[in-house]
Amino acid sequence: MNRLDSLFQKKKNNILSIFTTAGYPKLNDTLPVVKALQEAGVDFIEIGIPFSDPLADGPVIQDSSTVAIENGMTLKLLLSQMEDIRKELTLPILLMGYINPVLQYGIENFAKKCSEVGVDGIIIPDLPMQEYLEDYKKVFDQYNLKNIFLVTPQTSDERIRFIDEHSNGFIYLVSSSSTTGKKTGIDGAEEYLSRIQKMNLKTPTVVGFNISSKESFQKATQYANGAIIGSAFVKAINNNKDIAAGVKSFVGAIR
Amino acid sequence: MSQSGEQSKYSVSKRGFYGNFGGAYIPEMLYPNVKELEDNYLRIIYSESFQKEYKDLLKNYVGRPSPLYHAKRLSEKYGTKIYLKREDLNHTGAHKINNTIGQILLAKELGKKRIIAETGAGQHGVATATVCALMNLECVVYMGAIDILRQEPNVKRMLMLGAKVVAAESGSKTLKDATNEAIRDWINNPVDTHYIIGSVVGPHPYPDLVARLQSIISEEMMEQMQEKEGRNYPDAIIACVGGGSNAAGAFYHYLDNLKVELIAVEAAGKGVNTGETAATTTVGTPGIIHASKTILMQTEDGQIVEPYSISAGLDYPGIGPIHAHLFESGRGTFASVTDDEAVAAGFELTRLEGIIPALESAHAIAYLKKRTFKKDQVVVINLSGRGDKDLATYIKYFDNNESLR
Repeated sequence: MNRLDSLFQKKKNNILSIFTTAGYPKLNDTLPVVKALQEAGVDFIEIGIPFSDPLADGPVIQDSSTVAIENGMTLKLLLSQMEDIRKELTLPILLMGYINPVLQYGIENFAKKCSEVGVDGIIIPDLPMQEYLEDYKKVFDQYNLKNIFLVTPQTSDERIRFIDEHSNGFIYLVSSSSTTGKKTGIDGAEEYLSRIQKMNLKTPTVVGFNISSKESFQKATQYANGAIIGSAFVKAINNNKDIAAGVKSFVGAIR
Repeated sequence: MSQSGEQSKYSVSKRGFYGNFGGAYIPEMLYPNVKELEDNYLRIIYSESFQKEYKDLLKNYVGRPSPLYHAKRLSEKYGTKIYLKREDLNHTGAHKINNTIGQILLAKELGKKRIIAETGAGQHGVATATVCALMNLECVVYMGAIDILRQEPNVKRMLMLGAKVVAAESGSKTLKDATNEAIRDWINNPVDTHYIIGSVVGPHPYPDLVARLQSIISEEMMEQMQEKEGRNYPDAIIACVGGGSNAAGAFYHYLDNLKVELIAVEAAGKGVNTGETAATTTVGTPGIIHASKTILMQTEDGQIVEPYSISAGLDYPGIGPIHAHLFESGRGTFASVTDDEAVAAGFELTRLEGIIPALESAHAIAYLKKRTFKKDQVVVINLSGRGDKDLATYIKYFDNNESLR
């Protein structure tokens, strides 16, 4: 069974996911960072594929991408690092990135490789629903790869139902109409999150964007199965010499 | 602007594609904004009230129709009959305002209160700031931090017009990054803001919207050709291509007329093999940039590569999807011109015709040296902008090169 499915089957609340950029802060830091995350008790991990032009990201993740690319990180290298990562990690792992690097790698090659190295799902914000259904779904399904869709406060109920119908894994609830890490906290998102909670979607939900603290994590998980922290974590490991200790104290402060 | 019903194999499909190129590869955060635009743009821009106001502003504010000028000395020099479509004579000095006038009326109709735009050289930024002043709408222009330093007069013009100019500090700090920042602004302001894209790039329906608003260029050209040549088409149209809005407008009504050769001239920068170039179709490959599938300059890993050209308006690592389709299908002839060739052509036009062209447009003129047209052929060069903004660059060449003096 896909690791994400088993996670959401056995755990319904307070699921914590952390996003980290591959090859950041140093080229070979991906493995120690995700290992420390597993040891610190997070539930699943998103690894960012660095991209030169990350449209949906704020400055923190943009900068981490720039550094990672300068460090020499590529999608090809990340997928080969994944082989070692998977040897040490039992948690579900998702890759999050933009469509162009995936397209250059080749969609079928990418899906096949992901399945070989134990990637459980993909979040590609700039892969629209329609394109996914027509050109990607068949291949992703064949390799048992979950494709995660985003929903925002501007998404209509009708479209949320449509997304729910075609989702597997979970639905990513973007906490506000913003790029990543734009605000601190999710004040003002209560009405939107509660509206979605009341829709009783078939797919589990996880809130992301602007979750940065214990307080915002707790607030988000009142309405959804879990929450994702990205920018705040990337910022925290920026200058950390002792990765394991840094990750442990960051996650400890959330849980 | 012609009616919405016409379809050819070079028009956009319902899903926003030109052949294999185009589409709207947008994050979900932009879905409502783009959908609103997609659902309404054709209805609005072909409505009677829009057409009336658009045409009135183009005539009385922009100064259209722009002349189709028979450049006799240039013609004599190249042994063919050359006309210049004088977009340089428009208010604000380039074709860019044809689009911003249309989009500001569209934004008003959609009830938007705030306008954002990206700009490279500042021409589109100035054209946007101008229409925002005219319509009393808030205006924020994103411009690469490096371009702000290179194009100070246009920055000052935008500020004088009441726009806020925000430096894009991310990535390479030029046009591509300014476009990223404008898109990010739109993500953060999804309800009250309209994004006026300056070229035939970005997610569908922008390439089609901008092409239709710029199609006034070829619409006038047809009438003017009829009047001057007794037939409504030339043998060839030459236009420069960065994103490609002036070329899209100049080609638009001739896409299905195979008697007309459509020539797109890209910026080779220091040479297509030097790594300092913006000749996208020569060095690029298919991929996705700014939410559109097109041809772009990228690494094997899919990272977008920073282009280079002396002309800030051609300094873009992609091309509009319509041009990618014209390239792939063979309908368009694609060529490239280096910095030096373009500057020399700019000087030549200045001395032969008394017209100082924008460096962008100078690339189109320089193509004349790459090709021999017949004596009885009629060639139209779309002179997309005037060279006032480029004086510093021209003067530097002038001072450093005795042969030009």
